[in-house]
Amino acid sequence: MTIDWTHFTPWTSLGGGMLIGLAAAMLVLLSGRIAGVSGIVGGLLVPRSGDIGWRLAFVGGLLLAPAAMAFYPVSPRIDAGFGTLALAGLLVGAGTSYGSGCTSGHGVCGLSRLSPRSLVATLQFMLAGFITVFFVRHIV
Amino acid sequence: MSLVAAFAAGLVFGAGLILSGMTDPGKVIGFLDLAGNWDPSLAFVMAGAILVGFFAFRLAGRRGKTFLGGALQLPQRRDIDARLVAGSVVFGIGWGLAGFCPGPALVAFGSGLDQAAVFVAAMLGGMVIYHAAERLLKPPA
Repeated sequence: MTIDWTHFTPWTSLGGGMLIGLAAAMLVLLSGRIAGVSGIVGGLLVPRSGDIGWRLAFVGGLLLAPAAMAFYPVSPRIDAGFGTLALAGLLVGAGTSYGSGCTSGHGVCGLSRLSPRSLVATLQFMLAGFITVFFVRHIV
Repeated sequence: MSLVAAFAAGLVFGAGLILSGMTDPGKVIGFLDLAGNWDPSLAFVMAGAILVGFFAFRLAGRRGKTFLGGALQLPQRRDIDARLVAGSVVFGIGWGLAGFCPGPALVAFGSGLDQAAVFVAAMLGGMVIYHAAERLLKPPA
């Protein structure tokens, strides 16, 4: 292992992480909800009355964030082709539904709440991510 | 009021993802690539988020209701079952393949990125397939 010093951004990543924590704080302290993106989106696909508005509002905020952050442009590096992206999207959609959460719901909110379920989930998806990238980058 | 709060939370969440670098799949894969040129940034994102989140959830738990007077709707389950583990593994494989997880993918889609549009469409498809399978496999009560 070598450290990628050119891409390593400790301060903006720590600051961005704190903003994510602040957003989770706002949602639980004002709306009483967990800021888990897969769960929020999943709930829109099987809508229950009275449980739709806050989900749409949160997703709307996510979608408009790039416009609000236009002063901070990101140039994404994407190696995956469209076929891989489609397969990955399917796996992420089905996996987060089956496992009841993703990086935000289990990783951020669940670990903040010291949930044993979320700790197990987070260790599992991190491990699976490490192994997948090892396989794709160093074996195939 | 609760809707405004949810919108503002989504906006701040998205801004945090952008600032932290998580909307760049290359940065996420750089973190997951332990054997290569490792970028530890994502660990700092998690640390920052949990540092703030820990105190927020403690405060929410102590108050027992929201500052707007509403009820807290938090998960109560504590059991660890095969679904949790298997689902998380499948999610992790998809995450490692593309470098996108649901939040950053939606934000990148909001910035007009074609690749994110394909990923988000497939992700919604995966969720729909899951719900359809649940309904088929679950015997009617």
